[in-house]
Amino acid sequence: MTVERRTILKAGLATAASVAMPTVLRAQAAPFRIGLLTVKTGPLAQGGIQMEQGLATFLKEKNNILAGRKVEVIVADTGGNPAGARTKAQEVVERDKVNIILGPLAAFELLALTDYVRQQQIPLISLAAAEDVTQRSTNPWVIRPSATSGQCSHVMGDYAAKEMKLKRVATICEDFAFGHEQVGAFLRVFEENGGKVVKKLWPPLNAPDFTPFIAQIGNVDGVFMGFAGSNPLKFLRAYADLGLKGQIPVTGGWTALDDALLKSFGDEAVGAMSATFYTSDHNTESNKRFVAAMAKDYDVIPGAYSAGMYIAGQCVEAAIAKLDGKTDDKQALMAALKGLSLTDTPRGAFSFDQNGNVVGDVFIRRCERQGGKLVNKTIKTYEKVSQFWTYDPAEFVKQPVYSRDYPPAKNLQ
Amino acid sequence: MAVWSLLAVNSLSLGGLLFLLSAGFSLIFGLMRIPNLMHGSFFMLGAYLGASLLQRGYNFWFAALAASAAMVVIGGLVERLLLRRLAGQELAQVLLTLGLSFVIADLCLMIWTGDPIQPATPAQLGGGVRTLGMFFPIYRLAIIGIAVAIALGLWVLIDWTRLGAMIRAGVDDAPMARVMGIQVSRLFTAVFCIGAALAAFAGVMGSPFLSVYPGLDADMLPLALIVVILGGAGSLLGALVGSFIIGLLYNFGQAMFPDLAYVILFLPMVLVLILRPQGLLGRVQT
Repeated sequence: MTVERRTILKAGLATAASVAMPTVLRAQAAPFRIGLLTVKTGPLAQGGIQMEQGLATFLKEKNNILAGRKVEVIVADTGGNPAGARTKAQEVVERDKVNIILGPLAAFELLALTDYVRQQQIPLISLAAAEDVTQRSTNPWVIRPSATSGQCSHVMGDYAAKEMKLKRVATICEDFAFGHEQVGAFLRVFEENGGKVVKKLWPPLNAPDFTPFIAQIGNVDGVFMGFAGSNPLKFLRAYADLGLKGQIPVTGGWTALDDALLKSFGDEAVGAMSATFYTSDHNTESNKRFVAAMAKDYDVIPGAYSAGMYIAGQCVEAAIAKLDGKTDDKQALMAALKGLSLTDTPRGAFSFDQNGNVVGDVFIRRCERQGGKLVNKTIKTYEKVSQFWTYDPAEFVKQPVYSRDYPPAKNLQ
Repeated sequence: MAVWSLLAVNSLSLGGLLFLLSAGFSLIFGLMRIPNLMHGSFFMLGAYLGASLLQRGYNFWFAALAASAAMVVIGGLVERLLLRRLAGQELAQVLLTLGLSFVIADLCLMIWTGDPIQPATPAQLGGGVRTLGMFFPIYRLAIIGIAVAIALGLWVLIDWTRLGAMIRAGVDDAPMARVMGIQVSRLFTAVFCIGAALAAFAGVMGSPFLSVYPGLDADMLPLALIVVILGGAGSLLGALVGSFIIGLLYNFGQAMFPDLAYVILFLPMVLVLILRPQGLLGRVQT
C-alpha cells in the first residue's frame, strides 16, 4: 500500500512539475554571465568606476534577473591599457565562460581586442568609440549603443555653423585617435555649412598646462574642444584664467562636459555648449529611475559612462527576452542584439544600423547655474542621428577614417 | 607679441611650480642617492589632502601648510621604517618607491574616487592683470613669487645654517661626514621630510590649474626627473635653473613645434646626459 501511495505521489509530483516545467527550467538554467571590462585603477579609473556603477544600478533594479534569467557579472579591471584589455577579455571568455562582454572604456582597448572577439565569436556591447569597428572593418560581433567618436561632433559642427552662426573656429583636442576622430567629424560638417576651422591644436594627453595652447587660439569666434577625463577641467579653468571665457564661446563633445564632471567644475564651465548622446535631464521613465538610483546609491549625477552601461544592460535584457531565455546559440544572440529597437532607455529611443552602431538622438546643451548647482540644459535635440550623419553610408566608408589630417583643413592660418 | 609675452610669463610660472616639486627630489637624490619614484605621489597626495581641506572651507594657505605637515609625517615614516633598511641598495630602493607609488595611487582612488577635483583659486589672488596687450592670471604670478621666496629660504638653509652645512657635507662625501661626527642618518630623515613637504606644498599650489586626478603623480614625476638631470642632483641652484629651462622649453616648444613637444622636452636631457652627465650645475662624484 505504502509503496503504491508513494508511486502515486511521485507520479503526481512529476505531473505537477512537468506542467510547471517551462518556468522552473528557466529559473534553474545556468545563469547568464556578463563580463564587464572596465578600468578600476590608473588615470582612466574615473570613467571605469562610473561604468561599473551604471551596470550595478541596472541589475539592482532588476534584482539580477533579466527576462527570467539569473545574471552573473564578472568585473575585470583592464588597467586602462590595450594589453590589459586583451588579457582580461581572454580571461572572462575562456576561464569565466561569459555569454557576453560589456565594455571596454577606451578606443585603443577596443582595437586591441576586436580581433579576439571576432575569432571567439563572443557578442560585445561597446562603450568605446573607435569609428572603424562599426565602419570600415565592421566587427559582426560588436554593437555600440553609445556613439562613435564623430557621431556627436558631427552634430556640434552643424549646430555651431547654423544656430550659433560661428564663422572661424579653433579646435583643441588631445593628440590621440578619439580626439582626431572628433575633430575630423566636427570640421567636415562645420566647413560644409560655411564655417572655417582656422586652427587645430593638439596638446599631448598628459599636458600639465594648456596655457601655451590657449595662447595660440588667436582671432576666432568659437572654440571646439574634445577633451576627455579630467582635461576639460584644466582647459576651462585656464581658458577663464586667461580672460577668454565669455568672450569666445566654447563648444564640446560628449566627454568634454559630461554630466558626471559637473560637480568638479566651477563657474568657468557656465555657458559652454556640448553635444552628447546622454543627458541626465532626459525625460524618460527609465532615466528618472536611473538618475534617482545613482543619486541614492552613489550620490552622483550620472554621465554618459554610467548611462552607457545601464543601456547596455537594457540591451542584454531585451535580447534575452526576444530569445525567450535561450541564449546558447551565439549567432542568434548576436542577431537578436542587432535587431533591437528600444524605446524607454535613459537616452531615449534608439535602434542599430546595419553595422551594429546606434541610431539615436543627440542633444545640444548649454551649461548653466541653477539654484547654485551647475546643470547642462538641453536646448535642442537632433533626432535619430546615425554614425554617418546625413551622408550615404557606402560613400562615407569609401573615404579614409577621420584622422589628424583628414578631412584636410583648408583654412588653417 | 602678446602671445610671446604670455608664454614668457607662463614659462616662469610653470618653472616656479616645477622648482617646488623638484627641489626636494634633487636634495633627496643628491644626499641619499635614492631615486625617489614616490615623489610624484607626494605631490598628488598633498594636492588631494589640500583639496579635501579646501572643500571643508579651510583657508588656502592653511590647507597648503597642513598638507605639507602631513607629508612630513608620511615621508618620515617611509624613510625611517622602510627606506632605511635598504640603504645602499639602489635597485631595491627603486622597486620599493615605485611599489609604494602604486599603493598610494590606489589608496587615493579608494578615498577620493576617480572624480577629478579642481579647487578654486584663492580669492585674494583671483582675477588677472592686463598689461603688454595680454591678460595674465595673478595666481600664476604669485606662484613665481612663492617659488622665489622658497628658493631663497632653501638657499639660506643650505648655505648659511649648520644643518645646511651638514647636508652639504653629506652630499659631498657621506662617509667622511660620518667620520667627522655628523649624524648622517638623521640628516637623511630631515631631508626626506623636507623634500616630501615641498612636493606636497607644490601639489596644493598647482591644484587650482592642474586639477587633482588619478594619474597626476605619473604626469609630474618625469618632469621632476628631467629637471634634476638637467640641473644636477643635489644642487638647489641646478634645480632652479633646470625648472626654468623646462618651463621655457615646455611653453615655447608647445607653441612653436607642437608636434615635437616631447622631443623638445627630453632632447636637452639627452644632450646633458651625453655631454655633462653630472648635470649643468652638479658636481662630479668622487
